[in-house]
Amino acid sequence: MRHEGKTEARLGRIRGSEPPRRHNARTIAALTSNPGCARRAVLDAAGVDKERLAARVGFPAAFGQSQFAIVRGNAFEKQVKADGCAELLRLLRELLGLDLEQATYRDLGAGETGDSLHPRHAAARAQLAGAAEGARPTVFDHPLLRLDIAGQEVYLEPDLVAFQHGGAFHVVEIKSFPVIDGQADGEKVAAAAIQSAVYVLALRRLLGRADAVSHEVVLVCPKDFSNVPVATTIDVRRQLLVLEHQLARLTRIDTLLDALPDDLTLDLAENGAGGPVVTAEALTGALGRVAARYAPGCLSTCELAFFCRREAAGRTATLGAGVREELGGVETIDEALGLAHGTLAPDEERAEAAAMLRTAARVYAEGLQAASAAVPPAPVALTADGEPAAPPGAGAGP
Amino acid sequence: MSAVEAYARLLAARAGAAQPVASVRHVHLSERPLVLVPLTMAGEANAPLAALVGTDERAPALLVVGQPRDRALRFAFASELAGILLAHVERCAAAGTEPVKPPKAAARQQPATAPAGRGAGRAGAAAGGLGGAPAGADAAGTGEQGTDGPGADWEAEAAPEPAEPVRFLDAPQVLVPNRAGIDFVRLFGRSTRFRATTGEHAVPAAVPVLGRWLTYLAGRAEHPGSASLVAMTEALTLHWATGQSALEDANLAALMAWIDPPAGLSGPEAALLAEDPVRWPPAGPATDPQFDNRVLAPAIRAYDAAAAGQAGSGGGDERLGEALAEIQRVARTQLEPTWRLMWRAVDRLRALPAAASAPRRWERDRARFTAYYSYLRDSDGGLPQARRDGAVAAARRLGALERELAEYEADRAFDDPLVLAGHRVTGEAFVGTVVGADRERRRPNERGSLVTRPLVQLRTVDPARLATGTRVRSPARPGQTGVTLAVEPADDGFLVVLELSGGMGRSKVPPPGSVPKVGETLAYTSLLVEGAFSAGLPAPEDTPWTHGGPPSPYEPAEQDARELWE
Repeated sequence: MRHEGKTEARLGRIRGSEPPRRHNARTIAALTSNPGCARRAVLDAAGVDKERLAARVGFPAAFGQSQFAIVRGNAFEKQVKADGCAELLRLLRELLGLDLEQATYRDLGAGETGDSLHPRHAAARAQLAGAAEGARPTVFDHPLLRLDIAGQEVYLEPDLVAFQHGGAFHVVEIKSFPVIDGQADGEKVAAAAIQSAVYVLALRRLLGRADAVSHEVVLVCPKDFSNVPVATTIDVRRQLLVLEHQLARLTRIDTLLDALPDDLTLDLAENGAGGPVVTAEALTGALGRVAARYAPGCLSTCELAFFCRREAAGRTATLGAGVREELGGVETIDEALGLAHGTLAPDEERAEAAAMLRTAARVYAEGLQAASAAVPPAPVALTADGEPAAPPGAGAGP
Repeated sequence: MSAVEAYARLLAARAGAAQPVASVRHVHLSERPLVLVPLTMAGEANAPLAALVGTDERAPALLVVGQPRDRALRFAFASELAGILLAHVERCAAAGTEPVKPPKAAARQQPATAPAGRGAGRAGAAAGGLGGAPAGADAAGTGEQGTDGPGADWEAEAAPEPAEPVRFLDAPQVLVPNRAGIDFVRLFGRSTRFRATTGEHAVPAAVPVLGRWLTYLAGRAEHPGSASLVAMTEALTLHWATGQSALEDANLAALMAWIDPPAGLSGPEAALLAEDPVRWPPAGPATDPQFDNRVLAPAIRAYDAAAAGQAGSGGGDERLGEALAEIQRVARTQLEPTWRLMWRAVDRLRALPAAASAPRRWERDRARFTAYYSYLRDSDGGLPQARRDGAVAAARRLGALERELAEYEADRAFDDPLVLAGHRVTGEAFVGTVVGADRERRRPNERGSLVTRPLVQLRTVDPARLATGTRVRSPARPGQTGVTLAVEPADDGFLVVLELSGGMGRSKVPPPGSVPKVGETLAYTSLLVEGAFSAGLPAPEDTPWTHGGPPSPYEPAEQDARELWE
């Protein structure tokens, strides 16, 4: 326990005087993308506001939601839940074969925030546990769940949880993207699945039994181009595995912290005079101490991505995982080009990658030559810095 | 992602400018393509908000929907778009026809033994010629296999034979900014093609026809090498490699920044600016959320208020007109930068010489267009495409797509030394120097009679990975097929022994020049057009029970037409 306290104190120092940023299902789900990134793990564990941090160091990210999307989402959820979830109960009956004929609907109070969360969670806990003992099928609206993330208590609010006597709890997630002829946007479904998995995990921990909550979550979406809801089950076992692994890793944050200087801080607060406690330069310097693992995919999931992309300039990772793989995992663009042009001698480990790169460089140069011979004038420019695109001695045959 | 493309990205990153990964244009470009830049409303199911569309860069038509949540206004938009697209379709159909030779039954049965004919077809296509047996064979291939878009059920049954004796000389070509633009076309086709023009939910007459054409185009877009509906970002990345990731390449403005940066800026500098949604609004169909919240929402609110005022008092036309003009103005700010980018991209692509096989692929697009055009005019045709493919249509379609993909890759490698380069790295192709040739070699064939089968030996430094017995062909000698007899390591590379057949005439001793000479440098590739053949599929009426038995023909249901769109 003492050790845990030490970690928390350490994370607190990194965060500085700001209150920790609250996680929600979306940010927890985001933890599962790019799990190898230490920077992200430390920032998330410490609860640093990454969006504000990114703005402070000069790389604001344009994450935002259109009010049209929000309005539509809320309207659809309201419609599905109208009349005590009458429409939804019908869907669940058909989809899960649930005996929800006499199901009760229980609103566990949405919308409250702040300090009143704790009693709401306690109430939800009592209700859900009671339902597990009881006999009546029930649909719970907005039960407040709780999950421990790196020593932080995080409150989560699934749209709905359905309980069937003798069966199990099902997490129900209402999303406003359409399912057209049985097909929906793959990315959106994936995001909904991982988010639902967070709820399943929280519910399982609350009830203390894994088998009490089904790994099949129910996704309710508008059908085709209408507002008519349609329900589908999604198996989130894979997402649960990834999530549990990631959360376990966050608790092992000590290893990452041990590698960092003791006085590292990313305090975003202002001092009494309205100036920053830590200057932008100092923040940039501190961020540089925590290793990141940038990949282009970060651009759509992480607020700090633009900062990390600039930092990773010159690395093959910025060209995408596929390119990096094709280059045999060579770390930087300079190294890869050096190997390709024979100006850098490969070590044993990279001999194979180097041979492939040399071949690629040679055949590319020959291809350009053949093309320009066939179609003058060549609409191509060789490398701008005048470096020969082909290594000497590997010309186009005789 | 080939190794050569990866290497070209490295070069691009260092040079700060995109590098070519193709030396010829593999995508057909029409004289007057129809450029379409659509925008949708966030949160809605493909609800159109605005579009710039047209075949003339200087005179695009701007279509807007004052309140995208209003069903009637959406169909008014669809009707306007139909006016433009259907006119384009008619223009293409009016451009004239050419006769199609009846297919030769043998052409498909023995593809492996007809390489010379294929080669001739290739040469013919290269010279811009169209007729000839290979062209007929191609038409047979597409007709017979039912390679049309989703909902090909109608085609599998309605057109088992290549029914059209003629082919239009032109076909519609629609260019959209990105992959999401293709999705917009597909979904907009889906939401309009079932609509009824009579009864309670009647829509303007052109709307369901628009839906059929959009669905046709979206279906074509899935066919490798088709140029009927093209996403500009994909056409560009086929020809240039940037120093950024594929994910960033999906942003048309950032991609064009690398390919064609404004004066005084490097590719990466321009790309960084291009990522600013204020300077370069997204190429759609999704809009910038900040634009939605700050600009569009107030404009739509004003429109709603004006419309309510009009409904309430009966007057207020002027206010409504003003509100609509404002929405048009703000939509234009989001669309015009992309519109100009599209035409700049067209110019860049047009500057490349067309690939030798591009006209042949376009001919297939024209053949499909001809077939669909006449289907829509057929007395018992014109049904909308089904929501989902049946098992038979899906299997046929998949087979056709696989075959077309293999053909497309082989064609591109043949047409373009830069594409061939990618296959040289993987060992599927090599460039070598002829070090030995036995022009007069004869050997008995399977039936025992002597045939001329010259041998050539080539030395290459490429990592040629060809199994013995692999069939190869050279872009320089398309009528001649080689079979590898041996691939042996030889100083610093490989010695490849090929046995040649075809392209040598009928005399016992091949005429000079018909067999490669010592000292000649040649490229050979194992990617051949006829390389991919899948097993034949049973006739629709013999569909096994595993695939649901013989399919029942698609009957449009009344409820399809009544489908809600709120």
